[in-house]
Amino acid sequence: MPATYEPIATTTLGTTQNQVDFNTISGSYTDLILIFNGGVTSTGDIWLRMNSDTGSNYSRTRLTGDGSTAASTRNSAASSIFISAGTVGATANAIISIQNYSNATTYKTTLARFNSSTYAVASTGLWRSTSAITSLSLRADSADTFTSGSIFTLYGIKAA
Amino acid sequence: MQILAAPFYGVSGDYQSIATVTVGSGGATVVTFSGIPQTYKHLQLRYIARSSTGGEYNPNFQINSDTAGNYRWHYVTGNGTTASAGDSGASPTSIVLGIVPSATSNFGVSIIDFLDYADTTKFKTTRNVGGRDTNGAGEALVISGLWRSTAAISTITLNFSGAAQYSHFALYGIKG
Repeated sequence: MPATYEPIATTTLGTTQNQVDFNTISGSYTDLILIFNGGVTSTGDIWLRMNSDTGSNYSRTRLTGDGSTAASTRNSAASSIFISAGTVGATANAIISIQNYSNATTYKTTLARFNSSTYAVASTGLWRSTSAITSLSLRADSADTFTSGSIFTLYGIKAA
Repeated sequence: MQILAAPFYGVSGDYQSIATVTVGSGGATVVTFSGIPQTYKHLQLRYIARSSTGGEYNPNFQINSDTAGNYRWHYVTGNGTTASAGDSGASPTSIVLGIVPSATSNFGVSIIDFLDYADTTKFKTTRNVGGRDTNGAGEALVISGLWRSTAAISTITLNFSGAAQYSHFALYGIKG
Protein backbone atom coordinates (compact mmCIF):
# COMPACT_ATOMS: atom_id res chain seq x y z
CA MET A 1 0.00 0.00 0.00
CA PRO A 2 1.25 3.55 -0.60
CA ALA A 3 3.02 5.50 2.10
CA THR A 4 0.85 8.03 3.95
CA TYR A 5 3.46 10.75 4.43
CA GLU A 6 5.74 10.97 1.44
CA PRO A 7 8.18 13.41 -0.13
CA ILE A 8 7.00 15.08 -3.32
CA ALA A 9 10.04 17.14 -4.25
CA THR A 10 13.20 18.62 -2.78
CA THR A 11 15.31 21.54 -3.92
CA THR A 12 18.77 22.33 -2.56
CA LEU A 13 20.11 25.62 -3.80
CA GLY A 14 23.53 25.52 -5.43
CA THR A 15 23.56 29.29 -5.61
CA THR A 16 21.56 32.16 -4.18
CA GLN A 17 18.03 32.41 -5.50
CA ASN A 18 15.08 34.73 -4.85
CA GLN A 19 12.29 32.19 -5.16
CA VAL A 20 11.74 28.45 -5.12
CA ASP A 21 8.70 26.98 -6.86
CA PHE A 22 6.92 23.68 -6.56
CA ASN A 23 4.77 23.31 -9.64
CA THR A 24 2.20 20.81 -10.93
CA ILE A 25 1.47 19.56 -7.43
CA SER A 26 -0.63 16.43 -7.54
CA GLY A 27 -4.09 16.65 -6.02
CA SER A 28 -3.85 13.12 -4.68
CA TYR A 29 -2.94 14.08 -1.11
CA THR A 30 -4.99 15.53 1.72
CA ASP A 31 -2.43 17.93 3.20
CA LEU A 32 0.86 19.44 2.12
CA ILE A 33 3.86 20.14 4.33
CA LEU A 34 6.53 22.54 3.08
CA ILE A 35 9.77 22.53 5.04
CA PHE A 36 12.44 25.17 4.62
CA ASN A 37 15.85 25.00 6.23
CA GLY A 38 18.21 27.74 5.19
CA GLY A 39 18.95 31.42 5.26
CA VAL A 40 18.54 34.73 3.50
CA THR A 41 21.26 37.09 2.39
CA SER A 42 19.77 40.53 3.00
CA THR A 43 16.57 41.91 4.54
CA GLY A 44 15.39 38.53 5.71
CA ASP A 45 11.65 38.33 5.03
CA ILE A 46 10.14 35.10 3.71
CA TRP A 47 6.82 34.84 1.89
CA LEU A 48 4.54 32.12 0.53
CA ARG A 49 2.45 32.41 -2.63
CA MET A 50 -0.08 29.99 -4.12
CA ASN A 51 -0.75 29.29 -7.80
CA SER A 52 1.33 32.35 -8.80
CA ASP A 53 -1.53 34.57 -7.60
CA THR A 54 -0.08 38.08 -7.25
CA GLY A 55 -3.37 39.67 -6.17
CA SER A 56 -4.07 41.06 -2.71
CA ASN A 57 -5.66 37.80 -1.62
CA TYR A 58 -3.49 36.84 1.33
CA SER A 59 -3.44 37.59 5.03
CA ARG A 60 -1.70 36.34 8.12
CA THR A 61 -1.90 36.45 11.92
CA ARG A 62 1.35 35.84 13.75
CA LEU A 63 2.46 35.06 17.30
CA THR A 64 6.14 35.62 18.08
CA GLY A 65 8.61 35.42 20.91
CA ASP A 66 12.06 36.97 20.65
CA GLY A 67 13.50 35.89 23.97
CA SER A 68 12.13 38.80 25.95
CA THR A 69 8.73 39.77 24.55
CA ALA A 70 5.71 37.94 23.12
CA ALA A 71 3.96 39.85 20.37
CA SER A 72 1.36 39.46 17.66
CA THR A 73 1.07 41.15 14.28
CA ARG A 74 -1.14 40.93 11.22
CA ASN A 75 -0.95 41.43 7.45
CA SER A 76 -4.18 41.88 5.53
CA ALA A 77 -4.86 42.09 1.80
CA ALA A 78 -1.25 41.23 1.05
CA SER A 79 0.18 39.77 -2.14
CA SER A 80 1.71 36.77 -0.29
CA ILE A 81 1.53 35.14 3.11
CA PHE A 82 4.26 36.57 5.30
CA ILE A 83 6.00 33.64 7.00
CA SER A 84 8.58 35.52 9.02
CA ALA A 85 11.52 37.82 9.11
CA GLY A 86 14.53 35.55 9.09
CA THR A 87 17.95 36.38 10.37
CA VAL A 88 20.42 37.49 7.74
CA GLY A 89 23.22 35.02 7.34
CA ALA A 90 21.84 32.56 9.89
CA THR A 91 20.03 29.30 9.36
CA ALA A 92 16.33 29.23 10.10
CA ASN A 93 13.62 26.70 9.49
CA ALA A 94 9.95 26.80 8.67
CA ILE A 95 7.35 24.06 8.69
CA ILE A 96 4.26 25.12 6.78
CA SER A 97 1.15 22.94 6.80
CA ILE A 98 -1.53 23.43 4.15
CA GLN A 99 -4.55 21.29 4.93
CA ASN A 100 -7.14 20.23 2.38
CA TYR A 101 -5.20 22.08 -0.29
CA SER A 102 -6.85 20.41 -3.24
CA ASN A 103 -10.51 21.05 -2.49
CA ALA A 104 -12.34 23.58 -4.62
CA THR A 105 -14.82 24.76 -1.99
CA THR A 106 -12.88 26.43 0.83
CA TYR A 107 -10.41 29.24 1.20
CA LYS A 108 -7.01 27.80 2.06
CA THR A 109 -5.68 28.28 5.58
CA THR A 110 -2.05 27.62 6.40
CA LEU A 111 -0.37 26.89 9.68
CA ALA A 112 3.32 27.74 10.01
CA ARG A 113 6.00 27.31 12.59
CA PHE A 114 9.18 29.30 12.07
CA ASN A 115 12.32 29.12 14.15
CA SER A 116 15.49 31.16 13.93
CA SER A 117 18.19 32.48 16.19
CA THR A 118 15.99 35.55 16.64
CA TYR A 119 12.39 34.34 16.76
CA ALA A 120 10.05 31.51 17.62
CA VAL A 121 6.92 31.99 15.53
CA ALA A 122 3.51 30.40 15.07
CA SER A 123 1.29 31.88 12.40
CA THR A 124 -1.93 31.30 10.55
CA GLY A 125 -2.23 32.37 6.93
CA LEU A 126 -5.12 32.68 4.52
CA TRP A 127 -5.37 32.56 0.76
CA ARG A 128 -8.79 33.84 -0.22
CA SER A 129 -9.35 31.49 -3.10
CA THR A 130 -11.32 28.29 -3.45
CA SER A 131 -9.01 27.02 -6.19
CA ALA A 132 -7.09 23.84 -5.61
CA ILE A 133 -3.45 24.57 -4.93
CA THR A 134 -1.27 23.33 -7.75
CA SER A 135 1.84 25.39 -7.14
CA LEU A 136 3.65 26.92 -4.18
CA SER A 137 6.35 29.57 -4.21
CA LEU A 138 8.50 30.41 -1.23
CA ARG A 139 10.00 33.84 -1.83
CA ALA A 140 12.50 36.14 -0.24
CA ASP A 141 12.00 39.90 -0.48
CA SER A 142 12.35 41.25 -4.01
CA ALA A 143 15.87 42.52 -3.38
CA ASP A 144 16.86 39.51 -1.34
CA THR A 145 17.81 35.89 -1.97
CA PHE A 146 17.92 32.59 -0.15
CA THR A 147 21.44 31.49 0.62
CA SER A 148 23.20 28.76 -1.28
CA GLY A 149 22.64 25.46 0.48
CA SER A 150 19.11 26.30 1.58
CA ILE A 151 16.88 23.24 1.37
CA PHE A 152 13.19 23.19 0.48
CA THR A 153 11.16 19.99 0.72
CA LEU A 154 7.49 19.42 -0.05
CA TYR A 155 5.66 16.46 1.47
CA GLY A 156 2.19 15.11 0.89
CA ILE A 157 -0.01 13.44 3.51
CA LYS A 158 -2.84 11.12 2.57
CA ALA A 159 -5.88 10.54 4.75
CA ALA A 160 -8.06 7.47 4.99
CA MET B 1 -25.82 15.10 14.55
CA GLN B 2 -23.06 12.76 15.60
CA ILE B 3 -20.53 11.43 13.18
CA LEU B 4 -18.49 8.34 13.83
CA ALA B 5 -15.24 7.95 12.00
CA ALA B 6 -14.93 5.56 9.12
CA PRO B 7 -13.56 2.06 9.79
CA PHE B 8 -9.87 1.86 10.41
CA TYR B 9 -7.43 0.54 7.89
CA GLY B 10 -3.71 0.25 7.85
CA VAL B 11 -1.08 1.36 5.40
CA SER B 12 2.65 0.92 5.25
CA GLY B 13 5.09 3.45 6.68
CA ASP B 14 5.59 5.01 10.08
CA TYR B 15 2.91 7.68 9.69
CA GLN B 16 -0.40 6.04 9.01
CA SER B 17 -3.88 7.25 8.36
CA ILE B 18 -6.34 5.87 10.93
CA ALA B 19 -9.62 7.53 10.04
CA THR B 20 -11.09 10.60 8.39
CA VAL B 21 -14.35 12.48 8.80
CA THR B 22 -15.69 15.06 6.36
CA VAL B 23 -18.78 16.91 7.54
CA GLY B 24 -21.68 16.76 5.13
CA SER B 25 -24.34 19.29 4.22
CA GLY B 26 -26.24 18.73 7.46
CA GLY B 27 -23.35 19.88 9.61
CA ALA B 28 -22.23 18.19 12.82
CA THR B 29 -22.01 18.88 16.54
CA VAL B 30 -19.89 15.92 17.53
CA VAL B 31 -17.05 14.16 15.73
CA THR B 32 -15.86 10.97 17.40
CA PHE B 33 -12.86 8.79 16.71
CA SER B 34 -13.47 5.58 18.61
CA GLY B 35 -11.80 2.19 18.74
CA ILE B 36 -8.42 3.82 18.20
CA PRO B 37 -5.79 1.07 17.78
CA GLN B 38 -3.17 0.87 20.52
CA THR B 39 -0.41 -0.08 18.09
CA TYR B 40 1.11 3.36 17.59
CA LYS B 41 3.45 5.49 19.68
CA HIS B 42 1.73 8.83 19.08
CA LEU B 43 -1.44 10.20 17.51
CA GLN B 44 -1.84 13.30 15.39
CA LEU B 45 -5.20 14.90 14.64
CA ARG B 46 -5.30 17.39 11.79
CA TYR B 47 -8.41 19.34 10.98
CA ILE B 48 -10.02 22.29 9.29
CA ALA B 49 -13.34 23.47 10.70
CA ARG B 50 -15.84 26.25 10.20
CA SER B 51 -18.73 27.35 12.39
CA SER B 52 -22.27 26.75 11.14
CA THR B 53 -23.90 28.80 13.89
CA GLY B 54 -23.39 32.23 12.35
CA GLY B 55 -20.88 33.16 15.04
CA GLU B 56 -17.38 32.23 16.10
CA TYR B 57 -16.78 30.05 19.13
CA ASN B 58 -14.26 27.71 20.76
CA PRO B 59 -15.01 24.00 20.34
CA ASN B 60 -13.47 21.50 22.74
CA PHE B 61 -12.53 17.86 22.95
CA GLN B 62 -12.73 15.05 25.49
CA ILE B 63 -10.89 11.77 25.81
CA ASN B 64 -12.43 8.34 26.38
CA SER B 65 -15.83 9.98 26.90
CA ASP B 66 -14.62 11.34 30.23
CA THR B 67 -16.94 14.23 31.12
CA ALA B 68 -15.56 14.77 34.62
CA GLY B 69 -13.27 17.58 35.68
CA ASN B 70 -10.08 15.73 34.81
CA TYR B 71 -8.65 18.18 32.32
CA ARG B 72 -6.52 21.31 32.40
CA TRP B 73 -5.16 23.50 29.66
CA HIS B 74 -2.92 26.51 29.12
CA TYR B 75 -2.52 28.62 26.03
CA VAL B 76 -0.53 31.40 24.43
CA THR B 77 -2.21 33.27 21.60
CA GLY B 78 -1.83 36.27 19.34
CA ASN B 79 -4.77 38.11 17.79
CA GLY B 80 -2.79 40.24 15.38
CA THR B 81 -2.32 43.03 17.89
CA THR B 82 -1.66 41.50 21.29
CA ALA B 83 -0.07 38.32 22.59
CA SER B 84 -1.62 36.85 25.71
CA ALA B 85 -1.63 33.68 27.75
CA GLY B 86 -4.13 31.98 30.00
CA ASP B 87 -5.19 28.98 31.99
CA SER B 88 -8.39 26.98 32.05
CA GLY B 89 -8.62 27.12 35.80
CA ALA B 90 -8.97 24.01 37.90
CA SER B 91 -10.71 20.92 36.63
CA PRO B 92 -12.47 21.84 33.40
CA THR B 93 -14.47 19.07 31.77
CA SER B 94 -12.75 19.31 28.38
CA ILE B 95 -9.76 20.81 26.58
CA VAL B 96 -10.41 23.91 24.50
CA LEU B 97 -9.75 24.16 20.78
CA GLY B 98 -9.02 27.29 18.74
CA ILE B 99 -11.86 29.49 17.53
CA VAL B 100 -13.70 28.30 14.44
CA PRO B 101 -14.65 31.15 12.11
CA SER B 102 -18.06 31.65 10.59
CA ALA B 103 -17.17 33.79 7.59
CA THR B 104 -18.01 32.16 4.28
CA SER B 105 -15.31 29.78 3.03
CA ASN B 106 -13.04 30.55 6.03
CA PHE B 107 -11.83 27.60 8.07
CA GLY B 108 -9.79 27.38 11.23
CA VAL B 109 -6.98 24.85 11.38
CA SER B 110 -5.34 22.79 14.09
CA ILE B 111 -2.76 20.07 14.45
CA ILE B 112 -3.01 18.24 17.77
CA ASP B 113 -0.43 15.74 18.98
CA PHE B 114 -1.21 13.07 21.58
CA LEU B 115 2.12 11.76 22.77
CA ASP B 116 2.41 8.27 24.28
CA TYR B 117 -1.37 7.98 24.08
CA ALA B 118 -1.35 4.24 24.83
CA ASP B 119 0.92 4.45 27.87
CA THR B 120 -0.93 3.38 31.03
CA THR B 121 1.58 4.91 33.45
CA LYS B 122 1.29 8.61 32.55
CA PHE B 123 -1.28 11.36 32.50
CA LYS B 124 -1.77 12.42 28.88
CA THR B 125 -0.47 15.74 27.60
CA THR B 126 -1.58 17.17 24.27
CA ARG B 127 -0.08 19.88 22.09
CA ASN B 128 -2.24 21.93 19.78
CA VAL B 129 -0.89 24.44 17.27
CA GLY B 130 -3.70 26.17 15.42
CA GLY B 131 -5.50 29.30 14.46
CA ARG B 132 -7.60 31.09 11.92
CA ASP B 133 -7.27 34.14 9.72
CA THR B 134 -10.13 36.00 8.06
CA ASN B 135 -8.22 38.86 6.42
CA GLY B 136 -8.51 41.44 9.14
CA ALA B 137 -9.06 39.23 12.16
CA GLY B 138 -7.64 36.01 13.45
CA GLU B 139 -5.45 34.27 15.93
CA ALA B 140 -2.42 32.05 16.09
CA LEU B 141 -2.20 29.90 19.18
CA VAL B 142 -0.51 27.10 21.02
CA ILE B 143 -2.47 25.10 23.60
CA SER B 144 -1.07 22.60 26.04
CA GLY B 145 -3.70 20.20 27.35
CA LEU B 146 -3.69 17.70 30.18
CA TRP B 147 -5.98 14.74 30.80
CA ARG B 148 -5.39 13.51 34.33
CA SER B 149 -5.78 9.83 33.61
CA THR B 150 -3.35 6.99 33.06
CA ALA B 151 -5.80 5.13 30.86
CA ALA B 152 -4.82 4.50 27.26
CA ILE B 153 -6.63 6.78 24.84
CA SER B 154 -9.11 4.84 22.75
CA THR B 155 -11.67 7.55 21.95
CA ILE B 156 -11.38 11.23 21.05
CA THR B 157 -14.55 13.30 20.91
CA LEU B 158 -14.66 16.79 19.42
CA ASN B 159 -17.62 18.91 20.48
CA PHE B 160 -18.99 21.75 18.37
CA SER B 161 -21.86 24.15 18.68
CA GLY B 162 -22.04 23.48 14.97
CA ALA B 163 -19.40 22.44 12.45
CA ALA B 164 -20.15 23.41 8.87
CA GLN B 165 -20.04 21.34 5.73
CA TYR B 166 -16.55 20.59 4.43
CA SER B 167 -15.04 20.66 7.92
CA HIS B 168 -12.50 17.87 7.76
CA PHE B 169 -10.85 15.78 10.48
CA ALA B 170 -8.06 13.27 9.93
CA LEU B 171 -6.49 11.08 12.63
CA TYR B 172 -3.05 9.58 12.10
CA GLY B 173 -0.91 7.15 14.04
CA ILE B 174 2.84 7.47 14.30
CA LYS B 175 4.92 4.38 14.92
CA GLY B 176 7.58 4.48 17.61
